[in-house]
Amino acid sequence: MAVERDPSPEFAEYAHPERLVSADWLQERLGTPGLVVVESDEDVLLYDTGHIPTAVKIDWHTDLNDPVERDYVDGETFAKLLGSKGIARDTTVVIYGDKNNWWAAYALWVFTLFGHEDVRLLDGGRDKWTAEGRELTTEVPAPTPVEYPVVERSDAEIRAFKEDVLAHFGKPLIDVRSPEEYSGERTEIPGYPTENALRAGHIPTAASVPWARAAAPDATFKRRAELEDIYLGDAGLKQGDDVIAYCRIGERSSHTWFVLKHLLGFENVRNYDGSWTEWGSAVRVPITFGAERGEVPQR
Amino acid sequence: MEYWEEMTDTDLAPALAEIRDDFLELEEKDRLQLLLEFANELPELPERYASHPDLLERVEECQSPVYLFVEVDDDTVVHLFATAPKEAPTTRGFASILVQGLAGLNAEQVLSVPDDYPQMLGLARAVSPLRVRGMSGMLGRTKRQVTEHLAKLTARSAG
Repeated sequence: MAVERDPSPEFAEYAHPERLVSADWLQERLGTPGLVVVESDEDVLLYDTGHIPTAVKIDWHTDLNDPVERDYVDGETFAKLLGSKGIARDTTVVIYGDKNNWWAAYALWVFTLFGHEDVRLLDGGRDKWTAEGRELTTEVPAPTPVEYPVVERSDAEIRAFKEDVLAHFGKPLIDVRSPEEYSGERTEIPGYPTENALRAGHIPTAASVPWARAAAPDATFKRRAELEDIYLGDAGLKQGDDVIAYCRIGERSSHTWFVLKHLLGFENVRNYDGSWTEWGSAVRVPITFGAERGEVPQR
Repeated sequence: MEYWEEMTDTDLAPALAEIRDDFLELEEKDRLQLLLEFANELPELPERYASHPDLLERVEECQSPVYLFVEVDDDTVVHLFATAPKEAPTTRGFASILVQGLAGLNAEQVLSVPDDYPQMLGLARAVSPLRVRGMSGMLGRTKRQVTEHLAKLTARSAG
């Protein structure tokens, strides 16, 4: 049974306002049956230092990624995970996290791979909640396990693979990494050199839009007009475009995927989670080095 | 049996061995709680570094910014100082393990700590191997700074 949506007027301008909730909305509804709050952070221990009351933790490394293959967990593992957190197929899930909801958006995208319908982000995430001095607790809830059906992942609609990107040339690509990674000055995100690639640069024709440009200083999403200036103006996207976004491993681009899909209403937008760690190490794929976008490769 | 249980402890300093045993004794999920305790125990920087963050070296291997600095005193005992933001408890926990585990060791003993010590704590599944690599980065930086201090000391006594 879905919980009603947040009617806040500031969300109404987005294409899918039902995908966001405000801190006030959430605070009033903590403990509502049919609602589960999930924290998903970069740091696996941050939740344990204090979290929103009733929230459960889902970690991107240890819960959502397959421990052996470079892929997401399968339907059975996902069903077990969600069931153990008290999430049923029709539960309203509100995800929040640190760093502008970076990892929260990633978790939301993975939930969407499994077709979980009602999954939303807390606008502003953990940063805004704590900045406003709202309550945190170290009390870890012990949810009553529920039955979550085994649903096979459906990758085609919102996930792109390397072959999809190769077939996509001529249509828009968004590179959400830092400008230094885009130009090829460096192969890794500053401070994250454990996941790098053998070659540097970007996928030819990709527009550079660092992911955090979509976030306001208080970690909420920017207003629709500002987002349109960035993605329709600067990056040159047109409504109706078929878009692929990528970063280094697909987490930062999940944030951009959320913006394009749910806030700006692009129907066809996919996240290439192989991203630069795959492309920059793959054999015989075209790369553009430098700050220019580059040309569509002649094959 | 895990591979490290077959190893002899000859090279592992007692404090490091004790920390490792404390982790391995616990169920995997409880190991996170112990790591959090370490995070909370990371000492504040002494005033001379707190007011001079430029003296500290950033460890790029870590996912969150962590800064560390090594002193080697006249008896070649190593003193490690580290800081990381409270929003990065895993990183703080790793730094704290090294601060406590290396306390009182001399330069030679620090250099002989096995490079794969972070992998011995049984955190790969609870924390992820990628994150554990952040701690390997810190250990590597610590050793490198110790080596640099030793080179300076040798140069001084030769001069």
